[in-house]
Amino acid sequence: MRGGIVTPLRRALMAAMMLVALGGIVFSASAPDEPVIEISAKKWEFTPNRIVLHKGAPVILELRSLDRKHGFSSPELGIRVDVIPDKPTRVRLVPAKLGTFAVHCDVFCGEGHEGMDAEIVVVP
Amino acid sequence: MSLLGSRRDVLRLMGVGGVVFASGLAGAAGKKKKSSHDSDFFFLQLSDTHWGYSGVSNPEADVTLQKAVETINGVSARPDFIVFTGDLTHTTDDGAVRRKRMTEFKQIVSQLKIKTQHLMPGEHDASLDAGLAYQENFGATHYTFDHKGVHFIALDNVSDPAGAVGDAQIDWLSADLKKVGRDAPIVVLTHRPLFDLYPQWEWSTKDGAKVVDVLLPHKNVTVFYGHIHQEHHHQTEHIAHHAAKSLVFALPAPGSVPKKAPLPWDAAAPFAGLGYRQVDVEPYDGDMRLTEFPVVKTSV
Repeated sequence: MRGGIVTPLRRALMAAMMLVALGGIVFSASAPDEPVIEISAKKWEFTPNRIVLHKGAPVILELRSLDRKHGFSSPELGIRVDVIPDKPTRVRLVPAKLGTFAVHCDVFCGEGHEGMDAEIVVVP
Repeated sequence: MSLLGSRRDVLRLMGVGGVVFASGLAGAAGKKKKSSHDSDFFFLQLSDTHWGYSGVSNPEADVTLQKAVETINGVSARPDFIVFTGDLTHTTDDGAVRRKRMTEFKQIVSQLKIKTQHLMPGEHDASLDAGLAYQENFGATHYTFDHKGVHFIALDNVSDPAGAVGDAQIDWLSADLKKVGRDAPIVVLTHRPLFDLYPQWEWSTKDGAKVVDVLLPHKNVTVFYGHIHQEHHHQTEHIAHHAAKSLVFALPAPGSVPKKAPLPWDAAAPFAGLGYRQVDVEPYDGDMRLTEFPVVKTSV
């Protein structure tokens, strides 16, 4: 990147290009009949902590915290949202690549924070 | 022979010197007029002491920091100051225990013969109460100071539990840098890396790229940080980033294992992978040399 300033727009474009290159998740408008997977977060676990999805099949992840603010982050898939009490956070995704993708809480939440993780498994 | 060379020779003869890493402050040479303030000096970086940690990854965690203090006090060459780049204490959900650990930490480091100490928090110290207990015990979480022609900036990227510096602090940084010449040597001290080292393990700062954008116009910037419990060196254009070892347990190389977990304690080699760092600074020509030291002196 020598010789150039990385602008926010350029950074966003680079991130989008990286996401496409990974073949990860595509966010788009949801349809009413898409399945909703409810995921709860509390110190220091996600329930369920293993989510199996089918490649190409859109789903809605509905995230809800039972205690305090948490994060739901999978850099490999380009997912990063806050999970807060009283208000569900919805993420629509269409898995575009087979594999197992790590998810972790990225909002420091206490003694067990480092072990607060999950995985998204994408199968055919 | 320069004073710097003499000091290194002394350390080598004492058998306490570790691996030396040279890091030039690119662009500084020949561009900065030497002033009476610009004399060589060195400081120490200690990091991630996690006072209060108890576990199999360091069965001697209750004495490791004290041993490091003894080692440092046993070296005759005195640094101008010591910086602690965060995670002074190990996290606890109990605010009273957090404060007790901070009090105990202060008591231990007060035994250091080097009395000028610059501290900053890690997420274990500050993320659960937005830095409240830290500020009660140690003062501001971000600040600046100047030493012999070098401008030091301590940045807080942990009081926000999401691991961000925040717009207010970035504005403060921008205002501070307007008072500093573009050629001036600048050292940034922080806990988490300001670049995306490995976000899967939270080895990044949410808005670190914004901070780097603010720093980039300055030609001579070096960042020292902790958090990852191992020596690591990275370059963002002309800005060098150097991570320090921990003083409690080591962590694996970024992404080298599926899950981040402390490396096991080796009873045959106690304190392996732990240590502290000496940074020799020559403000005039921008030379910066890093030397790694173990917790305990291995030879005389």
